[in-house]
Amino acid sequence: MSRPGETRLWVEEVLEGLPADAVLERGVFRDQWWAVVPRDRLLEVMKELRDRWGFRYLSDVTAVDYLPKRPRFQLVYHVWCHEKSALLRVKTWAEGDPPGVPSLTPLWSAAGWLEREVYDLFGIHFQGHPDLRRILLPPDWEGHPLRKDYPTEGPDWDLD
Amino acid sequence: MGRGGVYPRPLITRCKRHPKEKSLSQVKENRTRGEIRPVLAQRYADGWGVGAKRGRLQPSASPPFAATRRQVSVEKPMSQYPERLILNVGPQHPSTHGVLRVVVELEGEVVVRCTPDIGYLHRGIEKLMEARTYQQCLPLTDRIDYLAGSANNLGFVLAVEKLLGVEVPPRARYIRVIIAEMTRIASHLFWLGTHAHDLGAMTPLFYAFREREQLMDLFEAVAGGRLFPCYFRIGGLARDLPDGWTTEVREFCRTFPDKMKDYETLLTRNPIWIRRTRDVGVLTVDEVLDYGLSGPVARGSGIAWDVRRADPYCGYEEFDFVVPVGQNGDTYDRYLVRLEEMRQSCRIIEQALDRLPEGDIAVDDPTITYPKKTDVYTRIESLIQHFLLVEEGIRVPEGEVFHHTEAPKGELAFFIVSDGTSRPFRVRARTPSFVNLQVLSKLAEGRLLADLIALIGTIDIVLADVDR
Repeated sequence: MSRPGETRLWVEEVLEGLPADAVLERGVFRDQWWAVVPRDRLLEVMKELRDRWGFRYLSDVTAVDYLPKRPRFQLVYHVWCHEKSALLRVKTWAEGDPPGVPSLTPLWSAAGWLEREVYDLFGIHFQGHPDLRRILLPPDWEGHPLRKDYPTEGPDWDLD
Repeated sequence: MGRGGVYPRPLITRCKRHPKEKSLSQVKENRTRGEIRPVLAQRYADGWGVGAKRGRLQPSASPPFAATRRQVSVEKPMSQYPERLILNVGPQHPSTHGVLRVVVELEGEVVVRCTPDIGYLHRGIEKLMEARTYQQCLPLTDRIDYLAGSANNLGFVLAVEKLLGVEVPPRARYIRVIIAEMTRIASHLFWLGTHAHDLGAMTPLFYAFREREQLMDLFEAVAGGRLFPCYFRIGGLARDLPDGWTTEVREFCRTFPDKMKDYETLLTRNPIWIRRTRDVGVLTVDEVLDYGLSGPVARGSGIAWDVRRADPYCGYEEFDFVVPVGQNGDTYDRYLVRLEEMRQSCRIIEQALDRLPEGDIAVDDPTITYPKKTDVYTRIESLIQHFLLVEEGIRVPEGEVFHHTEAPKGELAFFIVSDGTSRPFRVRARTPSFVNLQVLSKLAEGRLLADLIALIGTIDIVLADVDR
């Protein structure tokens, strides 16, 4: 079993091994590596991580809304390598109107529901997703609650 | 004496009525009058026999589950299957373990298409957390998986502590391990009871809940709450253990393996249980990885991946325990894996109790943990410290962390983005039930409707955990 120090070095090797123009930014915080990749290189990078480096487990897909910023939505993927017990956080910015990123469903079936949830709560469109519908909220719901401009109390909140 | 003792029940319940037997009551009457034999002889002569020996079922000509292998094309439009039936299972159905709605398209009894519909219990916990301080978020995490409240607390406090860069004192760490493993046993017991009950075995439910009740009482003694203990705090624990609590936990651990023999005698070699679970819902290693499955569902297919072992937290690397794995990846193997996990949890608790050190139960940092109540009443500094912590909360450094733990149902992870204030900018709860449930439609399609119930049970979901 590898220890945190060794794992950190190994993930750094992995990031070095990726095409140089596919990693825009990278860093480590609390022993966890993260890397920002361009939106149009996302599928290629994830495929290489899965097939060449053994990150075969897609743990999570989520998004963060940095409202005043442009582009405002950052997609966050966590992949895990069982052999090396290593975690890697891959991030990308969703651009366009409506915001969109390529779907990971060709690589992992797990992305199906995870991306539907992000679509439901953030309104991010996943290009190539076979079944992009709302999953947690009713189909006729208006708005996307996890956006920062959506009030916590709900859209119809009235103090009177 | 009840009437049930008079009649050989299997014969009555399993046979079609022979023309000579006018009604069921007449059959019973015949039997009480000793006239059963001629009728039975007639049955066998006419090829109606139900079994050479009384009380034993004769194997029928075609195996009862042959139909399950039938291939039905999913692509054809509904109009080409006029005999297809669309059935709504749930959202209010006892065997869906909550408010899960499954829209099932049936051809006869075979599931052609199965579409889970979730979200009935969505409470927007991730959104609520953004408006609360870190301490106020903690009680929300209990409600994510209400059968394993402490496991969720643990995941959240560890993620925040990772952001803060603090480590709790050893005593708090060991107590956390004890409570987390007790939670695992309680969650698995609930699963065992309800899963067996769904498949028609009534007794294990009562046995499992008997032991679960003991655990709930122990949670109540230590935290005041049963389902929502909220006993772990950021930086430590809410309070120390009450007197005599460890003795009771020891007593539980001593007797529990014997109680588990009760469950095993009821189920493990029970032919009905085996037929309902073996080869039902088979998952290969590739499918497990493709669908991102974790926890006992992944281990049932032979993937020895346990976060406690692979990425240890809370000092799990110091404990001696086995990560059980299955071979066939079917419902029966997942059953065996969860049973073994309960035994292993018991071992971990015993080891933690043996080594439980004395000392503090929380970090000594005035910006994270509350001062002693007696100090608040007598010292102005402590009063100010208490006031600031309540009013402003814990200031967490800017950054983002992802912390995963092995919850009873699989990998539970919290991804927290902090902007340096005392409220999280974004909290993401990656819950095992949500991700694991996705595989249900794949498993159920092409199988009998009755298997769907077994499959919902074997994935071990809680709808609060799915919908958050």
